Amino acid sequence: MTLSQEIITIAVCALATVICRFLPFIVFSGKRETPEYIRYLGKALPAAIFAMLVVYCLKNVSIAEWSHGLPELAAILVTVGLHLWKRKMLLSVAAGTLCYMLLVQFVF
Amino acid sequence: MNKKSKNGGYAALKAAFPHTVPVMAGYLFLGISYGIYANVSGFNFLYPMMMGIIVYGGSLEFVAVSMLLGSFAPLQTFLVALLIQARHLFYGIAMLEKYRGTGWKKLYLIYTLSDETFSVNCSAKVPEGVDKGLFYFFISLLDQMYWVFGAALGGILGSFIPFNTEGLDFVMTAMFVVIFLEQWLKEKKHYTALIGVFASAGCLLVFGADSFLIPTMVCILCFLTVFRKPIEKAGGFE
Repeated sequence: MTLSQEIITIAVCALATVICRFLPFIVFSGKRETPEYIRYLGKALPAAIFAMLVVYCLKNVSIAEWSHGLPELAAILVTVGLHLWKRKMLLSVAAGTLCYMLLVQFVF
Repeated sequence: MNKKSKNGGYAALKAAFPHTVPVMAGYLFLGISYGIYANVSGFNFLYPMMMGIIVYGGSLEFVAVSMLLGSFAPLQTFLVALLIQARHLFYGIAMLEKYRGTGWKKLYLIYTLSDETFSVNCSAKVPEGVDKGLFYFFISLLDQMYWVFGAALGGILGSFIPFNTEGLDFVMTAMFVVIFLEQWLKEKKHYTALIGVFASAGCLLVFGADSFLIPTMVCILCFLTVFRKPIEKAGGFE
């Protein structure tokens, strides 16, 4: 690719991103009242999206192949358990990550 | 009033920073990995750095590097990018009300609405006495700075890493797990969370890791629409 082709390729990626991020705000602009269905979606979506993002992070984990998703499972259990106990986000995230790193580096 | 607005920026930054710490760990690590990937693919650090500023969408930026190595195909690039970024439509819908009335900051807030910034801004409670727009603005700005800094650093360092970081990327997973759990604990009924779990897990099994996001989004929309009555009756979203 020439430099100008590279710039166009990057610009096209930026354009697609900007479209997806701005579209809802443009369609449901501040002047008119947001339709009730969309307001409902706005409130109902986050829980579903957070679940989707967790699954998205784990999408390449294979249950069938070696390690069988065990380090992921263990680290998530540590994260959830600690969070239910202490309810401190940073602590839960740090402990879960550390647990995962130790498991994949030394155990599995 | 005057005094409050004078200190408003600092107060918002101070309130915002702790919320960004998990993202800092994740973005620095992923940003550095991305910069290294771009570097070993033959691009100097300006490429990952500029893409972090202009495109600012993690998974698309990785794909963009491989696109830059291929032949020039802008239309195909555009379509692939739209497919990868389509989930951001959901983030916008979910943030319509929260980002309302944020003034000049709104453009930047929308421009930088990444997965992680969305999750933090959507779930964080704006502390009392802190300007909502500035609070969201600083979270968004800090997050993007972590990413751009990481990408540039990775691009400069190349494949030289001082210690074994295998598994550090799990920090993003752990953060999403905690945010999901917080949401779960807030709700009385878990209809929408369960719809999210089963739609994404089901679509992952059926469509595979590379193409399950769009079907998942369609499934979530369908279920939320069909079960609107019971979900609204259960309420307790906020």
